[in-house]
Amino acid sequence: MSSLYIARSPRVAARALDGEMMIMSGRDSTLFTLNETATILWQSADGVTPLERIVEERICGEFEVYPDEALHDAEVLARELAEYGILVVSQEPILQSTFPIGDSR
Amino acid sequence: MSDLMQEVTSRAFRLNVPLNVQLDLTYRCNERCVHCYLDHRDHGEMTTAEIKHLLEDMAHAGVFILTLSGGEIFVRKDIFEIIEHARQLMFYVRLKTNATLIREHEARRLRDLAIESIQVSIYSHRADVHDAVTLLPGSLERSLDAIRFLKAHGLKVIMANVLMTYNAGDYAKVRSLAADLGVECTLDPTITPMMDGDRSVLRLGVDHDALREVFRDEELVGDAESFCAIPPEVGEDDLESTPCSAGHTACYVSPYGDVFPCVQFPLPTGNIRRERFIDIWRHSTQMNDVRSIRVKDLPTCSSCTHASSCSRCPGLAYMEGNMRGPSSQDCEKSFARTGIPSANMLNNKRAGANLVQILPVAAPGNSPAAGAIA
Repeated sequence: MSSLYIARSPRVAARALDGEMMIMSGRDSTLFTLNETATILWQSADGVTPLERIVEERICGEFEVYPDEALHDAEVLARELAEYGILVVSQEPILQSTFPIGDSR
Repeated sequence: MSDLMQEVTSRAFRLNVPLNVQLDLTYRCNERCVHCYLDHRDHGEMTTAEIKHLLEDMAHAGVFILTLSGGEIFVRKDIFEIIEHARQLMFYVRLKTNATLIREHEARRLRDLAIESIQVSIYSHRADVHDAVTLLPGSLERSLDAIRFLKAHGLKVIMANVLMTYNAGDYAKVRSLAADLGVECTLDPTITPMMDGDRSVLRLGVDHDALREVFRDEELVGDAESFCAIPPEVGEDDLESTPCSAGHTACYVSPYGDVFPCVQFPLPTGNIRRERFIDIWRHSTQMNDVRSIRVKDLPTCSSCTHASSCSRCPGLAYMEGNMRGPSSQDCEKSFARTGIPSANMLNNKRAGANLVQILPVAAPGNSPAAGAIA
């Protein structure tokens, strides 16, 4: 079982446009748009829900994918988004005092 | 603008999403800049609670890029509470300030809040000239100190230099100063009439020769030959295009909650104290009128040589009396850039010529006073 937790970086700006997330990196003002799966990860990244549960409830529930494969892909994607400073990834729940409020939808 | 940002802006345009909003938090200011278009008295600014509620409404409406400006935003005691709320709502926040009230402590807090950029008004590299514009002794020194604090905390700073008669010869040195401090620099030759319509402040604008010189400075415009080239022939696409982003993907909210198409376009469209922001944005008659305008609908400008390349500001045109009419300041800019007079300038010249021709006809048998009136 994966014990990965993901949280939205408090240093980015974000807004949904036509169902797709726009994310502006706080690091270098690079603009990203997230695809459907990445948008689901972003919207579910509350820091305390394990990634496995997000995949099970939000991804496997919406797409016809094998759970193990979906979890692997989600982990790869989460780590990639963390490299760009969009998500924070940890083996422990992430409790941020400056955690963004709202769902940025 | 990056390709992705262009794509996002085009999508927002199609969906009628107000991607970009300037919110002035106050018109009060500790400077009294000679060219400023604002009335600095407080006529009932929005409270902290009202602003927070507006920010929430704007986030739901899809606003992404939020520019907080004034007046001087740091005269508001709740400024950090407002910025913090904006960042919690995940806006991409830019600030416009004179920075005289930013010290090390404020710079650190802005860094912690991940502000995208801070634009600081700098009118000259010389204290006597800058301070003569702001009418605040010591203001250049304080603003430059603030820029150093902000830079030391890794924040992006942009020096904004307004070109006017006071400082016309200083812009190159201001750019050098910006380079020394490691910050960006912009130059704006536009003087905006007062919001009450008083145009006397336009006397501070630089003349044709100074504008011409600026438009040929390759440090500013890149390839001057191409920048100042004869405009390309006006095509169907140009005529079907919209004049600017005002009312399409951008708008402005005053400290009193009034919503306008742009900070430079004082056409009232509604007030957030009486209606929701999104309702004003979507349903205001005035906003939809602005939105309906295409270049082909502009009586004078659609037939102008510059129609495909002019920076015509519909707000400045509105302040001249007709938002579908020409903006004389932009006519002057197009003329200074290319040497080709605009359709508006030619019309005015013809009108002036007609007046001269009338004089001798009215003269015989009439009193001198009647001739002078003609």
